[in-house]
Formats: sequence, C-alpha cells, structure tokens
Amino acid sequence: MTKQYQALSPGHTACAGCGELLAMRHALQAAGPDVIVTGATGCSEVTTSGYPDSSFGMPWIHSLFENSSSVASGIAAALRYQKKQDKIKVIATGGDGATFDIGFGALSAMWSRGDDILYICYDNEAYMNTGVQASGATLPGTSTTTSPSGAVEQGNMMPKKDMPAIAMAHGCVYVATASPGYPIDIQNKVKKALTMKGPKYIQLLSPCVPGWGFSTDQAVKLGKLAHQTGLYPIFEAVNGQITSAMKVPKPTPSVSAYLELQKRFKHVLKNPQLLATIQAIADANIVKYGL
Amino acid sequence: MKNKISVAAGTSKNNKTGAWRSYRPEIDFEKCTGCGICESVCPEPCISNSHKINKMGKEVRQIDYDYCKGCGLCAAECPFKAISMKIEKK
Ligand SMILES: Cc1ncc(C[n+]2csc(CCOP(=O)(O)OP(=O)(O)O)c2C)c(N)n1
Ligand code: SF4
Ligand code: SF4
Ligand SMILES: [Mg+2]
Repeated sequence: MTKQYQALSPGHTACAGCGELLAMRHALQAAGPDVIVTGATGCSEVTTSGYPDSSFGMPWIHSLFENSSSVASGIAAALRYQKKQDKIKVIATGGDGATFDIGFGALSAMWSRGDDILYICYDNEAYMNTGVQASGATLPGTSTTTSPSGAVEQGNMMPKKDMPAIAMAHGCVYVATASPGYPIDIQNKVKKALTMKGPKYIQLLSPCVPGWGFSTDQAVKLGKLAHQTGLYPIFEAVNGQITSAMKVPKPTPSVSAYLELQKRFKHVLKNPQLLATIQAIADANIVKYGL
Repeated sequence: MKNKISVAAGTSKNNKTGAWRSYRPEIDFEKCTGCGICESVCPEPCISNSHKINKMGKEVRQIDYDYCKGCGLCAAECPFKAISMKIEKK
C-alpha cells in the first residue's frame, strides 16, 4: 500500500482550533504533490516551519514577509527554463497582511507579468502572528490592538480593501473566495484554478481564535455564518466576470448572529449606528453578488 | 562549510502537541456513522479512518492523541453527536 500524500502534517504549533491552518490544509491537499509553494511570514509559516521541522508535504519555501510572489515568479521562470511548467504548478501564499498590504506591490507585479501562478491569501482580517494589528483586510468597526474601541473611536475606521476586485482588475483569469465552513468548496476551487493558465487569486476566510476572540470549537461555524449573513461573499469569477456565488439562506440571518460570537465585535452590538454600518456591508454584498 | 537550510517533509510530527490538551475528544464507537466530517474539520489534522467496523457496519474514525490539542471542533461539528469532550486526566 502506498502511503497517502499528506499536504499538512500534525505537530504544527497553531492555536487549538485555528481556522487558518484548516483552510490551508484543504487548499494544499487539493493541489496535490506536484506543486512548489511559497509562504510569506505569518501564522501559516511560523507555526509550520520552525527549523529543523516542517509540516509541509511538498517543496515549500519561505523567504520574507513581503516577497512570496516574487519568489514564486522566480520558481515559475526556472520551471519554464527546465520545460517543467506543465508538470509542476506554482502556488504563492500569504496572510492578509502579506497580501493586502506588505506584499501588495510584489503581488501586483506578479499579476501584471501574467505569471502562471495561483496566489492563495489566508484572510484572518488582521496581522495575527504579531498580536492582532489592523490590516487592509480588517472590517470597519473591528477592535484590534491598533484600533481599539474606546471613547473616541469604535474600532477600525477604514474599509476592507476589495482584493478580489483588485485581482480581477489585474486580469487574473480566476478569482475566488472560500471559507473553512465549506471545505469541499475550497478544494474544488483550488483544483479548478490549477487547470487554468495565467495569474489566479483565491482568498480564504480564516477564523482566528485569539484574534477574533471565540471559543476553540467555533472556526467552522463562523466560517459558515460569515457567508450566510452576506458579510463574506463566497463567489468565483472567470476572466473578470462573476460566474457563480454561493446563495445565502432566506430569510438571511442578521450580521449580529456572526458578530455576537466574537470579542472583536463586542462593542458593536451596543452601538446601533455601527451595527447598521456593518449590516449595510452585508446587504450591499447580497445585492452586488446576487447572493 | 555548507549550511543545511532545507528540512524533510512532515517532520513537525516530532512535536507531540497532544500535551497541550485539557479536554479529550472521545468517539462513541457505536454512534459513529463514518461520515468523516470530524476528519475534515480537524486543523491538525489528527483524525483518520480506523477501518474498524461497528454494529451499523460503518468505518469508525479514530483520533491520534499524540497530536490532538483538544479544540473541540470535531465534537462541535459531528452531526450525530458521536464525539464528547471529557476533561483530560494527566
Ligand atoms: C517586513 C516585515 N515587517 C514586519 C514583520 C513582522 N511580522 C511577522 S508576522 C506578521 C503578521 C502577519 O500577518 P498576516 O500576513 O495577516 O498573517 P497572519 O499571521 O495573520 O496569518 C508581522 C507583522 C516581518 N516579519 N517582516
Ligand atoms: S493566532 Fe490565529 S491564525 Fe495564528 S495560529 Fe492562532 S488561531 Fe491560527
Ligand atoms: S479536538 Fe480538535 S485537535 Fe482534537 S481531534 Fe478534535 S478537531 Fe482534532
Ligand atoms: Mg492575517
């Protein structure tokens, strides 16, 4: 009997109940063994690759926080030179901080070059590995260590960057979002992406136990509620056109069903104006994506 | 002198993270329908098919306690309530 390929082995040091490692495991398992993966600094890297151990089953390379895309481009160029580009696929990965902010220039360049690379973002909506600082992926109203809720400000003041739209504007052939609430959907989207040539982007919602403040058994439930409330639209787009979106239940649960399970939104439930702002984001998503 | 900067795949198994656990998930052998949902939601992952058959004729899942951190996701997501979390006695 041949030993089954395991993309992610246990013994990593992610928090008990980590939604990021759960999302990553399904994505990388679906990609299969014939891949080379680059990882940016962040929880997905720190918890899995403490020297001299690795949790990964495929060649996996970490360089810096900001250059996962650039390293991936170099690997793709080397594979082209060796004429192995059809046999071995390249995947670049990073957290939301690495993707939306710090590695954004390199990512934009990778997409602009049209490199045949799938970029996967683990979106836990803040810089978690360094202790929950707000990023370009943080929702308005979220309490983080750099956007605490107090008398003057009620959490993060900035909108969440629309990275999928930014990816589409770069001409990505495939753009999708998914969540560990629906592991098979993650797997299907990764498999589909890897059949396409050109730049691709998949953004995985990644519930974070200490960063969001929920009990360790809730990552999957939150992954579902984020979608069901309309706050995290799950969809795919081919060549810039939205081709499918996962419908929300009707009647649609209000965003408070999702927010009330998380400490980062505790103050929001006591602030009707802020709650309405967040509900409006979900309502707009439902209209925009036809959820 | 050459510095070795690459490491072997899957070697994180050297870390027995099961020591972190304060609650222990236990699968009820006769209640498990072998659906595999627990296996798919475990972030470690440390649940697999035991290939042992219960009275319903189902292949029961098993937990590798060397790595289980006791998060409770498997118990929360089991549609058949076949997994219970018990205080870990050490
Ligand atoms: C250039 C640079 N700036 C800052 C850091 C410190 N740092 C390491 S991990 C991290 C947070 C990563 O956040 P994100 O990309 O969202 O991944 P997460 O940990 O949330 O999964 C930061 C700020 C660094 N390693 N390199
Ligand atoms: S801080 Fe969050 S993302 Fe990082 S390992 Fe813990 S649960 Fe996972
Ligand atoms: S309690 Fe958590 S770590 Fe342990 S087997 Fe269940 S899902 Fe896996
Ligand atoms: Mg993050």
